[in-house]
Amino acid sequence: MPASKTTSPKTVLELHVNNHPGVMSHVCGLFSRRAYNVEGIACLPEGGGETSRIWLLVEDSNRLNQMVTQVTKLQDVHRVNRHPGNHQVFGQLRDIMTS
Amino acid sequence: MKRMTGAEATIRLLERQGIHIIPGIPGGTNLPLYDALSHSEQIRHVLARHEQGAGFMAQGMARTSGTPQVFMATSGPGATNTLTALADAKLDSVPIICITGQVPTSMIGSDAFQEVDIYGMSIPATKHNFLVRSAEELLTVIPEAFRIAASDRPGPVLIDIPKDVQTAMLEFEQWPEPGKPNPLPPFSWDDIEKAAKMINAAQRPFLYIGGGVVQSGASELARALAEKTSIPVATTLMGLGALPSDHPLCLGMLGMHAAPCTNLLLEESDLLIALGVRFDDRATGKADQFCPGAQILHVDIDPGELDKIKTPLLGITADAKQVLESLLPMVEKRPRRQWSERVSRLRHSHPLDLPRADDIMAPYGIIQAVSKLMEDDDIITTDVGQHQMRTAQAYPFRRPGRWLTSGGLGTMGFGLPAAIGASLAEPERTVVCFSGDGSLMMNIQELATAAEHRTNVKIVLTNNNALGLVQQQQELFYGNRLFASDYKHSPDFAAIARGFGLPAVDLDGHPDPEGELKRIFSEQGPCLIHLPVNASDGVYPMVPPGAANREMIGGAEHACI
Ligand SMILES: Cc1ncc(C[n+]2csc(CCOP(=O)(O)OP(=O)(O)O)c2C)c(N)n1
Repeated sequence: MPASKTTSPKTVLELHVNNHPGVMSHVCGLFSRRAYNVEGIACLPEGGGETSRIWLLVEDSNRLNQMVTQVTKLQDVHRVNRHPGNHQVFGQLRDIMTS
Repeated sequence: MKRMTGAEATIRLLERQGIHIIPGIPGGTNLPLYDALSHSEQIRHVLARHEQGAGFMAQGMARTSGTPQVFMATSGPGATNTLTALADAKLDSVPIICITGQVPTSMIGSDAFQEVDIYGMSIPATKHNFLVRSAEELLTVIPEAFRIAASDRPGPVLIDIPKDVQTAMLEFEQWPEPGKPNPLPPFSWDDIEKAAKMINAAQRPFLYIGGGVVQSGASELARALAEKTSIPVATTLMGLGALPSDHPLCLGMLGMHAAPCTNLLLEESDLLIALGVRFDDRATGKADQFCPGAQILHVDIDPGELDKIKTPLLGITADAKQVLESLLPMVEKRPRRQWSERVSRLRHSHPLDLPRADDIMAPYGIIQAVSKLMEDDDIITTDVGQHQMRTAQAYPFRRPGRWLTSGGLGTMGFGLPAAIGASLAEPERTVVCFSGDGSLMMNIQELATAAEHRTNVKIVLTNNNALGLVQQQQELFYGNRLFASDYKHSPDFAAIARGFGLPAVDLDGHPDPEGELKRIFSEQGPCLIHLPVNASDGVYPMVPPGAANREMIGGAEHACI
């Protein structure tokens, strides 16, 4: 995860999504097709496994609003929350990767 | 209790959605579906000659009816052949549903014969897609697919059904409700009031309307707004027909091949009322120089379109028709005398010049001659190239929803199968397909389908034995180095058409081309009309790709205004 390569401000998007094998491709495909870099991804099923949550570490550029709108349009995405870039999900991942 | 196979359930669900025609091609993995389809009394299957053709036929039906239409393909190559038609539908917001067969679930991922990951491949080409994992799922997936295809901004949906899901037995109590579009999104009165204020305060407003207006059935209201407020109207390629071309406020298309006056007047406007448009670069030219002095009021059903290219002062995510209904009583009736005078002055000084428009043997003339034989509700399709842009410029559009062209993707090969689809949907109408030799050869096999079903499709082929629009770009932007854009061999299209079972006429050297054309249009059934033209006859004016709209080549760009 090249988190330190760029110093521009980061945001963490938290997506509540349906949990089936295609959802990850829909989400990642959307970001790559619209040429928006995703620097980190974490994903876990929740509840009974019907839904899952995806956290994306992305750059906080002026196109972020557009990306959030586009990702919200995906049929399998129920909700999108925004968090500051230092959200603990990736902090802890970083600790694991550097240990 | 109902008991049937997944394939039978699928066909019944399609019947319940009101489907009457399905174009497609069978193969190993969708034969259970085809077997079930053969028992349907409601649905007629149209055997296409290529899956891309089937997809464009479905588009032809969907674009004319406004409702989701279905086509079918087998797995592997059948499925990959559908992708262009799907991507085309995505960019032009057309509700079509592609049902592909897939290898049995147990073999998915094993590189089985004719296995491709069409689910993965179609993600960026569709609005949504499904890989069905059990026969039970069909009961939710099929209505969902129709709901998604038709809701909000319409678009294509793919349903991939493995063969074992088609043959599995399914038991259930009740049919699900057919899928219907979502209710339209709510919008606020505040925004309508703000919009009305902006319009009432504007000195030089412009209406910029697109496919969204046509699709939401808002054309009449857009016209009423323009008339009440005396605001001139420019349409996108997709918006042609929303206003009759000869309407006094209609300035035709904007952008790359617009009338010079239209692009120049847009530059002067102080308020751009953008309805159901997406600020496509073919319409705006260089986006940051588009309407430099104008505030923007943008209405679109897709929130992703607001603030994507241009930041509006006011953006409203809503259905264009509903917005116009609320807005219309709130805007002031105004003559806007100064602006109207300016508009009519530029219209006269910088009109669209259509060379030899009254010569039936000329590229623009044939379009106008054909238009005289067409009724208001008849349907026009095109392929992609000079002939397409000429039709957009010269055809006197009279009604919305009668103009079928590949706008966003610009797909050569669209015209003929889309015309067949339109004709299947509305057999009582005449459908004319304006095509070029390059484009026609991209789905020429569908001549067989046109002949087989005796669809009333008249193909008007302006043949320059070249990729005309490519040559035009090479002439203008690549030092006139024409390369790989002319054909060394010229096929005999009339003989080819006859070979497929269509009558064909060559207007070249014909003693009475007008009479001949009239005869052809008075007869039912398909026909190919061949007319040789020069590849060097360009389409002008032209804004170079990436340039600002004021930089029109061949327009009267230097004249003082
Ligand atoms: C499938 C596809 N391939 C390539 C192109 C690029 N292209 C755009 S216009 C054009 C030439 C079209 O030639 P023709 O159909 O003969 O029409 P003309 O311009 O001569 O009227 C080409 C190759 C395209 N739009 N679609």
